[in-house]
Amino acid sequence: MALPKYTEPHYRIWHYIYLTICGAVFFFLIAPLFVIFPLSFNAEEFLSFSDGMKRLDPDAFSLRWYKDMIYGTKNPWGLAAKNSFIIAIFATIGSVILGTVAALGLSSRHMPYKGLIMAVLISPMIVPLIISGVAIFFFMAKAGLAATHTGIVLAHIILGTPFVVITVTATLSGFDHSVTRAAASLGSDPINTFMKITLPLILPGVISGGLFAFVTSFDEVVVVLFLAGLENTTIPIQMWTGLREQLSPTILAVATCLIILSTLILVTAELLRRRSERLRGINR
Amino acid sequence: MSSETKQILTTDGIPLEVSLKKAERKNKIKAFLLVAPLLLFLIITYVFPIGDMLFRSVDDKMVTQMLPKTFKAMENWDGQELPDEKVFAAFHEDFIKLVEDKREGKLSTQLNYTKNGFKSIIKKLRRKSKSFEEGNYKEQIMSVHKRWADVEYWRAIQRRAPEFTGQKYLKGMDMYVNEEGKIVSVEEDRRIHRVLWLRTLEIAFFVTVFCFLMAYPIAHLLATLPMKYSNLLMICVLLPFWTSLLVRTASWMILLQQQGIVNDFFVGIGLVADDNRPEMMYNKTGSYVAMTQILLPFMVLPLYSVMKTISPSLMRAGKSLGGTPFVAFWKVYFPLTIPGIGAGCLLVFILAIGYYITPALVGGASGTLISNQIAFHMKSTLDWSFASAMGLMLLSGVLVIYWLYNKLVGIDNIKLG
Repeated sequence: MALPKYTEPHYRIWHYIYLTICGAVFFFLIAPLFVIFPLSFNAEEFLSFSDGMKRLDPDAFSLRWYKDMIYGTKNPWGLAAKNSFIIAIFATIGSVILGTVAALGLSSRHMPYKGLIMAVLISPMIVPLIISGVAIFFFMAKAGLAATHTGIVLAHIILGTPFVVITVTATLSGFDHSVTRAAASLGSDPINTFMKITLPLILPGVISGGLFAFVTSFDEVVVVLFLAGLENTTIPIQMWTGLREQLSPTILAVATCLIILSTLILVTAELLRRRSERLRGINR
Repeated sequence: MSSETKQILTTDGIPLEVSLKKAERKNKIKAFLLVAPLLLFLIITYVFPIGDMLFRSVDDKMVTQMLPKTFKAMENWDGQELPDEKVFAAFHEDFIKLVEDKREGKLSTQLNYTKNGFKSIIKKLRRKSKSFEEGNYKEQIMSVHKRWADVEYWRAIQRRAPEFTGQKYLKGMDMYVNEEGKIVSVEEDRRIHRVLWLRTLEIAFFVTVFCFLMAYPIAHLLATLPMKYSNLLMICVLLPFWTSLLVRTASWMILLQQQGIVNDFFVGIGLVADDNRPEMMYNKTGSYVAMTQILLPFMVLPLYSVMKTISPSLMRAGKSLGGTPFVAFWKVYFPLTIPGIGAGCLLVFILAIGYYITPALVGGASGTLISNQIAFHMKSTLDWSFASAMGLMLLSGVLVIYWLYNKLVGIDNIKLG
């Protein structure tokens, strides 16, 4: 953003102050994530940079905490990772199916009580997690689903659907309904029309909603804290316990893996968003 | 339409109006059937359980069920003087049954909530009641301890007769019903919940302000830079947004600890002495810093999406009409961004007011919020009705903001990423 030549000096100064402030805020946002990277390769058991690390001495770096994460006998990270993935995948499938179908109904202009129903469907995203946790715990305890994978998957479907509903309704808002009518006039039944016409067009929105649902489930700890037994431990639960009791470098190794995972998800989501905008003909 | 106008008919002879209405109704049902599965699912697993919390929070059947005969006999008692023999006899009968089931301890705990001093006299009564003779229970019970002859204690029992009570809500506001039945506050130094409510509001408010102050300039920069640069910078906003909350909290725990990098930096530039490193974690500072960074993307994204729609020519027009850049910004640009400011601030405030994980990890004792207290009662004291009551008090606050948000922004305008 170059300034025009005629800019007066004090505006020029002000402009550089503004850029410095922006730089500082970006640093504040992103720098904390990068502290974890080098420290997870620390050869020592401390959570600060050793003198060797400051000198970039290769001996000060090691993979011991990654080995500990994978092979450590006392570490339940393997079980936690397995549980996290199973729960997140099923929760994502459930959220995507329920959320997409609901979004199709909500974007119909014939939908009665649209505002009220939308408010109910979005509420799990707005209500503080602790309250959702208490309420869902009461329900699962009564239904006999506390401390089961099923219970946690159901809970995560509740928390994940708002994201799918929001992203899919947003995609549908630019959707040209005449294409489905065209399909119908050519003799296609509604299910065929949905699979062959509507779904391919709204797919980017569906997938990005699914990614939100996946991350919500994969990252969720408050509700799981109420619901999980020892068998159902997840990565966030293990991190929570670890952070409460003792910050060990193994947690940093796990955290590094999670940051890499979230980078991958971010890239996918961004590519999908652009594709969706192209498909809907939104040019920016 | 006058009645003289000829009705328009469809080919099969049905008036067009009727036929259209029928089609409309069919479409309505179709749309509703699509939403129904999710709506039903949420109502059963989510909305009803929240209603269940309401029920639990006022439920006070425990004592009612422990002393059924006593309360029946008390119905005719005016509460002025000691109750008559009938009440004492009924109480004795209930009490013997409780002792048989080994539940008199629970009764004493419950009654002690209402009035201090029940614990010891119930223990004493249990010992003495073994040697009670039949008849004249009033005399026998009163001789166990002088408090049993005090009408105040019988009034305290009577206050527990109703099956429902609002006392958990009063407790959440550090209030209780005293002997005269008036609502009063607890002593100054025991008002822990009010402190927590105020602290929650204070932290949520300042976190919102900090987020706004930091997000506004960078959202503006992102919206005005050419695409290729802004896309790169956008990653700085989106990467934290997609990263696990616990990972971000962990990084703050590393940065803010006493031997941590921030403190090292302060020592390095000579701001603080090495042996006098400030405590930046396990207190309010920790909560403020970590929550601001974690919630910042939620402020940037709505601001950005509003600023993106403001045409740069508006600012140029303002300047060409003689305004300085500051005037043009203040009079033209800023008012146009107000919808984004409203959306971002409400969103961050709603999220901050119910925060649990981060304050629990970096907040220590002075940086915890009301959510932590709810979790404490759910997991440690197991006073679920109190946890429910506080949860609903928090929820009603959030719903007011949610309603405001809906009025100002519209929930269908929430944008993600």
